[in-house]
Amino acid sequence: MALTTHPPRAPLWRSTVGKKAAMAVSGLVLLAYLVAHMLGNLKIFFGAGELNGYAAWLRTIGRPFLGHEWFLWMARTVLLAAVLVHGTAAYQLSRRDLAARPTGYRHTRARASYATRTMRWGGVILGLFIVWHILDLTTLTVNSRAEQGHPYQNVVASFHTWYSGWIYCLAMLALGLHIRHGFWSAAQTLGLNSQHGNPRRDRVLKLAANALALLLTAGFLSVPIAVMTGAVK
Amino acid sequence: MNLTLRIWRQSGPDQPGGLTAYQVTGISEEMSFLEMLDTLNEELILRGDQPVAFDHDCREGICGACGMVINGQAHGPERTTTCQLHMRHFSDGDTIDVEPWRSAAFPVVKDLVVDRSAFDRIIGSGGYITAPTGSAPDAHAVPVPKEAADLAFEHAECIGCGACVAACPNGSAMLFTAAKVVHLNVLPQGAPERRGRVRSMVAAMDAEGFGGCTNTGECATACPKGIGLNAIGTLNREFLRGGRR
Ligand code: HEM
Ligand code: SF4
Ligand code: FES
Repeated sequence: MALTTHPPRAPLWRSTVGKKAAMAVSGLVLLAYLVAHMLGNLKIFFGAGELNGYAAWLRTIGRPFLGHEWFLWMARTVLLAAVLVHGTAAYQLSRRDLAARPTGYRHTRARASYATRTMRWGGVILGLFIVWHILDLTTLTVNSRAEQGHPYQNVVASFHTWYSGWIYCLAMLALGLHIRHGFWSAAQTLGLNSQHGNPRRDRVLKLAANALALLLTAGFLSVPIAVMTGAVK
Repeated sequence: MNLTLRIWRQSGPDQPGGLTAYQVTGISEEMSFLEMLDTLNEELILRGDQPVAFDHDCREGICGACGMVINGQAHGPERTTTCQLHMRHFSDGDTIDVEPWRSAAFPVVKDLVVDRSAFDRIIGSGGYITAPTGSAPDAHAVPVPKEAADLAFEHAECIGCGACVAACPNGSAMLFTAAKVVHLNVLPQGAPERRGRVRSMVAAMDAEGFGGCTNTGECATACPKGIGLNAIGTLNREFLRGGRR
């Protein structure tokens, strides 16, 4: 006789734990992209020819199997999907979290780290930044004096306005904080951090999160700072 | 010691509530926080007022009934239960704010008493075996590795007090559920149904309206039994691993 057992697995997206896992995976996809992007940006220090040549090469990846810019569009599709999954999960979970604590306490003592407490607003800042950034350096809509196919000159032109450099610097600091909590949190969410009685793994993950955050922030920041100080012109 | 208490008074689940100030005098340092509240209640009764309702049972830190938020901290300034919190941690002239656990899944019943039966329903969804397998086996019939026994015991220490939910900015029950999952899943006796158990308990947890986990860590800081944040990592892994059982 078959007895009642546990129900079958429901779609992951339907549970808080599954939704958080989707957020962790999409976040890690974006993070991997950012590491590559940051390293690519550093080519600006080798001159206009290097960066522009690199950007032109990005459009030829996979030739002749893939056509012109096909790889780029595939990458853009994956990134857009990742941003949408990440943002939707964040929005839905945040709504739920706020509803689960309808009344606050008299004393609000912040004990969690600054990075932990700013994940939601930091995420919003990064979302807005991505829109700005695409309008600035991809579509060139808000970048006057910019020209398709000349990313070096376009970056320099952008950071010669008084506001653009500051927008980038603010966003990169938000990015560092987001990754500082986000990377470790993703490991915890995906159950990589469950080694009981092994605090070393936890420490290694936290260290890796800090290192990644620092490297990405410093690497990305170096470009606007170099332009604003005149080291790259 | 003489103290000013500002205590959340609410006459029923759907009634409005608010903080009411009381003076208590002659409090000794050896008193527990609950004995201090007893002193107040005796006075209130003599005056013909309603005593402050609060939950308590064992008064020795093992039943988990006595939850309340003291000056914004679940169970107060020490990492222990309210019944084991002594007044020596306060000073003469202090003003102390006392509020109930705040969570949509723990509605206030009266004053400081909340309904924590959501926890019982999480346990009920997975803290059992689905098929009767005869009478209990002899204690040592199934060998349990020492590591597993220790891990299970550490997590079985959870007393279901709800401080984790009260402390979490998302009102999440992940630490409680994780403690139960680790406790039951690491033992060989619990292993055959480990995946299904996690599925059921997470579904029950979500259905009660608890928030999700943002790995903030307030829960583990507040837990009087020292359940660690890594337990949540284990819960996540057990949940994501899939399988049909
Ligand atoms: C200050 C730091 C940054 C600089 C100087 C920079 C520069 C650039 C440049 C020049 C491009 C265009 C590349 C091309 O058309 O060949 C680009 C594309 C892109 N960047 Fe950044 N970037 C920075 C930071 C970031 C950050 C932090 C993010 C993510 C949050 C980001 C996301 C993107 C995306 C998604 C694209 C691709 C847009 C597309 O082509 O569809 N960037 N970036
Ligand atoms: S995990 Fe800790 S804080 Fe949460 S219910 Fe169990 S004993 Fe209480
Ligand atoms: S009254 Fe039992 S734990 Fe406090």
